[in-house]
Amino acid sequence: MPVEIPKDNWPGTVRSVIIGATAAQGGTRQKTITVGGEKTLPFLNFEHLMPNPPVVAIEIKDRRPEDWSSLLLQIWGDAVNNPAQWAKAAEAAGADLLQLSLSLTDSTGNPTKSESAVETVKAVLAASGLPLMIFGPGQANTDNELLVPIAEAAKGERLVLGICEDKNYRTIVAASMANGHLVNSRTPMDVNLAKQLNILVSDMGMPLDRILMDPTTGALGYGIEYGYSAMERLRLAALQGDSMTQFPMLVTPGFEAWKTKEAKVSTGVPTAWGDWMERSIHWETLTAITLIEAGADIVVLRHPESLRRVKLAITDLVSAPAA
Amino acid sequence: MALSGIQIYKLLPQTNCKECGFPTCLAFAMKLAAKQVELAACPYVTETSKVQLAESAAPPIRLVTLKAGNFEVKAGNEVVLFRHDKTFYNRPGIFIRIYDDQSLADIQVKVSTADAYAVNYVGMDLTLDGFAIASRAGNPQSFATAVNAVRQSSHKPIILMSRNVDIMTAGLSALNNETPLIYGADATNWEAFTGLANQYKAPLGVLAPDLDTLADLTEKIKSKGVDDMVLDPGGRELGSGLALGTQIRRLAVKKNFRALGYPVISFPGDAGDVGLEAIRAAQALAKYAGYIVLDTFSPDLVYPLLVLRQNIYTDPQKPIQVQPGIYEINAPQPTDPVLVTTNFSITYFSVANEVEGSGLPAWLLVTDAEGMSVLTAWAAGKFDAERIAKAVKSFNIADKVSRKRIVLPGHVAVLSGELESELPDWEIRVGPREAVDLPSFMKQVL
Repeated sequence: MPVEIPKDNWPGTVRSVIIGATAAQGGTRQKTITVGGEKTLPFLNFEHLMPNPPVVAIEIKDRRPEDWSSLLLQIWGDAVNNPAQWAKAAEAAGADLLQLSLSLTDSTGNPTKSESAVETVKAVLAASGLPLMIFGPGQANTDNELLVPIAEAAKGERLVLGICEDKNYRTIVAASMANGHLVNSRTPMDVNLAKQLNILVSDMGMPLDRILMDPTTGALGYGIEYGYSAMERLRLAALQGDSMTQFPMLVTPGFEAWKTKEAKVSTGVPTAWGDWMERSIHWETLTAITLIEAGADIVVLRHPESLRRVKLAITDLVSAPAA
Repeated sequence: MALSGIQIYKLLPQTNCKECGFPTCLAFAMKLAAKQVELAACPYVTETSKVQLAESAAPPIRLVTLKAGNFEVKAGNEVVLFRHDKTFYNRPGIFIRIYDDQSLADIQVKVSTADAYAVNYVGMDLTLDGFAIASRAGNPQSFATAVNAVRQSSHKPIILMSRNVDIMTAGLSALNNETPLIYGADATNWEAFTGLANQYKAPLGVLAPDLDTLADLTEKIKSKGVDDMVLDPGGRELGSGLALGTQIRRLAVKKNFRALGYPVISFPGDAGDVGLEAIRAAQALAKYAGYIVLDTFSPDLVYPLLVLRQNIYTDPQKPIQVQPGIYEINAPQPTDPVLVTTNFSITYFSVANEVEGSGLPAWLLVTDAEGMSVLTAWAAGKFDAERIAKAVKSFNIADKVSRKRIVLPGHVAVLSGELESELPDWEIRVGPREAVDLPSFMKQVL
């Protein structure tokens, strides 16, 4: 019996966004990354091939993150004390791009200074040729203070700057526009809030091919279903032709998964939780893959083994037959 | 595809005779559409209409149930492609596979450990659903012995895996009074296997290399009287599995295509690598499997999968709530602070997780905010000074603490004045807006 496969033919397309700039393009990156461009839901090759497979970023910090799970500190070893070394290690582990997260305070407990943040960014740019995303500590004022001088110092690199939220989007967007960077527009797990911030950002004149949206998520067990459904709905809206949702999506499963008790704690937990290391990797990997299948274009991870597994899975997903 | 009330009305006599107990045929039609009455209440409906209505009433994906003793594992009856459109109903059964060429001791250890496995998540005990027994030895005797070994170690439902009719018969004969899945029928053995499904009144797994062949096969099997089937469309890789799962779900839900309107079974264990097995199982959970067969049983793999299943199958209209009350975190003393939050599960877990992770002791007061987050509940009037004060009194917190300090979430700092008048002998503090900032707040400010 010939079965007629129902195919969706969507009117909308997700915008393609290029991260990073090579020397020829005014930056110093050895390669650029293109995300987005989807004409259908993720990996449905029988409708359309996915023009740009999702990519995996590794998160590195400007200094040793004492609050991270010791599993992460162990696996990266000495590199966690030096962002440039860490960037090299992440590149060697197979990361497609890097996310440098700035800390609120420096190792002496004083607020991070913008001069030292700029130095860190320069060192990372010199150490690795991968496209780079820079995230502030997540407090609007501090983010502004740190990211503006970074944007100026790295003019033309097509960095992704975050966290660009409703509280501080004006400053971040202005700095990105003036210096040829991109922004990561972040809202808390809600379709309408996401769309609204995208409108505000684009109303400032930000070129639409320089916006990523970050609908945020919870980790597995901690609200992933809200992030998952918000992302499915955002992607459906984009495909249905809603221009202000047609941006590639970035999410941070590494950050979310590694702050759960399941990944952080090894003692005093139920035996039904099993092996700490394997459980943590599964926690990060399953959070990531579930969100990739909901439409994530960039996932930011923390553990190299999760990176390896998620990249294998993406290779498998994009290789589905076209018909 | 379910008919609307108006479409049903057109199939009714439209005489408004009231004998069904409703004032008009339209009112009756509306009740039928809402599945609140039976068509049999109408004495005058024509045979043609009856057939049409019965067809439309059947769910687009047939409900299949595997049973053993008091255990039931249901799959099917799903009506949407995206959980946000309504909800997913029947959580996929997760089975652990053993092979009949393994030693009986190995089988019994694996099965009894997996059978006893339970993990607590948000106050619920999550467990596995059953066992798949695969013939690899190639003879009926080994298969029957393995089935017996599993049955001695577990009372949970079983999936029997062989495409040889003699081996399958041996497996079925080893079971009594239960409904296993017979897996499975293919293009060469389907007649004999259809016979077994009829004889043992058990659902039949059906395998084919592509959807055209699969649809042919299910139609032939159905014409021989087997209604309950489970589909294996192949697609062992992630990409092809996703495509086939999506196509089958779409055909059933959007086209009411009966020949593929059955639950799908997925075998992540075939990946042969635990990392990929986990990922394939995660995909199967979100993208439409009804039964999932793992080869690996290890708590660190099973725990995240059971949690993911719970998350994906949560009804989006009904957020998971935690029980309002006072929760002790890190063994608090009477001098430790009381932190207030709402009973929305994510809010609760964010706060509890941060405080727990910080190692700092605190009393966490969870108020009944009807399952809403702090800001939403505040906006809706479900999280105000009066409610917080009521919770403080009803849970007798004053008896547990010597130093009466209560910390409000930063988002509702505006409530602190009112709360001071509601709780005059308490010290009211305003905490951070986000749970993630609680540890540093507790260290530095409290």
